[in-house]
Amino acid sequence: MSADTTQAKASPAPPQPRVASTWPRWQPFEWIVALRFLLEGRMQTAFIIMGVAIGVAVILFMSALLAGLQTNIVRRGLLGQAHIQVLPPKAVVRPLHEAANSSQAVQGAILQTPEQRVKSIDQWQALAAQIRGLPNVVVVSPSAAGAGLVLRGGSNRSINLQGIEPALYFRIVTMDDKLVAGSTRLAGTDILIGTELASDLGVRVGDKLHITTATGGDNTLTISGIFDLGNKGANARSTFLSLRTAQSLLGLPGGVSVLDVNVTDPYQAEVVAQAITAATGVVADSWIKVNAQFFVAINAQKSSSALIRAFVALSVAMGIASVLVVSVVQRSREIGILRAMGVTRPQVLRLFLIQGGLLGLGGAVAGSALGAAALFAWRLLVRNDDGTELFPIVLTPALLASGLVLATVTGLLAAFAPALRAARLDPVVAIRG
Amino acid sequence: MADSGPLLVLTDVHKSYNPGQPNETEVLHGINLTLQRGEFCAVVGPSGSGKSTLLNLVGLLDRPSKGTLILAGQETTTLADTDLTRLRGRTIGFVFQYHHLLTAFTALENVMLPLLGDAGFPNAAMVERAAALIDSVGLTAWRDQPAGQLSGGQQQRVALARALAMNPVLLLADEPTGNLDTVSADAVFALLRKVNQEQRTSVLFVTHNPQIAARCDKTIEVVDGRVVTSG
Repeated sequence: MSADTTQAKASPAPPQPRVASTWPRWQPFEWIVALRFLLEGRMQTAFIIMGVAIGVAVILFMSALLAGLQTNIVRRGLLGQAHIQVLPPKAVVRPLHEAANSSQAVQGAILQTPEQRVKSIDQWQALAAQIRGLPNVVVVSPSAAGAGLVLRGGSNRSINLQGIEPALYFRIVTMDDKLVAGSTRLAGTDILIGTELASDLGVRVGDKLHITTATGGDNTLTISGIFDLGNKGANARSTFLSLRTAQSLLGLPGGVSVLDVNVTDPYQAEVVAQAITAATGVVADSWIKVNAQFFVAINAQKSSSALIRAFVALSVAMGIASVLVVSVVQRSREIGILRAMGVTRPQVLRLFLIQGGLLGLGGAVAGSALGAAALFAWRLLVRNDDGTELFPIVLTPALLASGLVLATVTGLLAAFAPALRAARLDPVVAIRG
Repeated sequence: MADSGPLLVLTDVHKSYNPGQPNETEVLHGINLTLQRGEFCAVVGPSGSGKSTLLNLVGLLDRPSKGTLILAGQETTTLADTDLTRLRGRTIGFVFQYHHLLTAFTALENVMLPLLGDAGFPNAAMVERAAALIDSVGLTAWRDQPAGQLSGGQQQRVALARALAMNPVLLLADEPTGNLDTVSADAVFALLRKVNQEQRTSVLFVTHNPQIAARCDKTIEVVDGRVVTSG
């Protein structure tokens, strides 16, 4: 066939080409057409990607913030308490029953709730050894805890005395990073007190404190260190001393009133606590059980967060779907031409699904960057009074990956209806427009 | 695909819209038509006579309500949609009154699209084939231009090159010159004639222009959904 160049010669010289004419060999037909359709509608594509990006950024920012907040609350809560506490059984009053065969007798009793005295856990050494042998248990620390009164000149303060074995207890409550003066040494007459108590009594490291208890114990102890637990009330009342000194003050010679237990995973504490009860028969309270209201709040927070995320994802899906519906209408003639030249319905379906997926993925990538920038700005601008970070927020790879997958899948699902509509277009009607 | 015998045989073909409905309308009434290989046939008739419907049926874009349509020895009315689409892509080329190029692609890429859609992935042979077709319609210098930047005549020539990409046995041209000036219309008709003569591609050419119809081997006149003259 020879060239008919009449018009070609008459036309002005063509400008420089804007679009390359070759495609990578690995790119299938549907990808090539989908990408080119998206690139042709640059403005539309940019706007919907921005919309998706904002949605993804909101989800990532909120998720990271809530996860950071939750982790921080849990971490702070656990810094000052054991995962599980094994306590002696509470004293109860039992009525005396009549003999079973005296059916004529009328039984009546007024039960008075008994006072709960500080008492030791029965056979605590054997019990501690047994608990230490259970799976997932990291450390078991015996403590003798009770109330006391500290006297200093003309002032006095009620305090909580906690006698501990430092080598074990400080594995549960790390004291080194809370110490503001002195050391964590706890010899026979040493005591660690909080900043608030030190301030109230006007004492420093090395000063003496006279301690008395309701059971008649009294001793003069030397302040070896001053700590800050991050809580004003705790800093005013908590004190730590050696186990032996506390046993003497509280009238518990050789006894302990609580076994503190830490486990490998704090969120499995309740399971381990139940295992301890099952294995030993003693009462074991996990921090999860003790802070039940806190977990209710956490779960409520999780639910509301999930709901917000679902609605954001829904709005992202609606945005993608609406853009593709418009695209199908705008491109119906082109779809008709493609069908006329032998492109099958499944191919048309795929090329619109790919557009949806790409819009979702593109929005997710942009949204991840936006979310990371927002978190960076948050960490930079929202800080404690002393300039330290409010709480650590980490945008984990898992969270980023879930954002990418969520947005891409949302894009694919959102594209399904318009893609199906495009695939079902009657080529005759489509070409006619 | 059978190489002997007529290329296209329509036997008692009817086409109705809204079949079984109160507003059922039959637009083709028992069309019988035979097109030999290498024939260049004009289809004429007044507007609304059923020419485009006939072309849609022959182009396998639509199905007859009744009758049989044999293309290249294959009965098409019973084929599944995907098979029909594949047969259409490999045996028929379309040139419409309006070029209907995909503006997101260059001239060369538009010509490559049918080859790409059929093969699934691009390859060097496709580029060569498309480039040769672009050369043959005299648009070598414009091959990398976005389709939307070409003139009407140039776009129609790209559409013709695209229609020839799969080396079809049948070209369906629905008033391809109706929207062009005389020079461009003559150029497009000349190209179709050359394809017909050099490759023995059969052509069904719908036109309202009696001069162009007179230059075809055969003329079919459609009036009120019936073929009234053929010869």
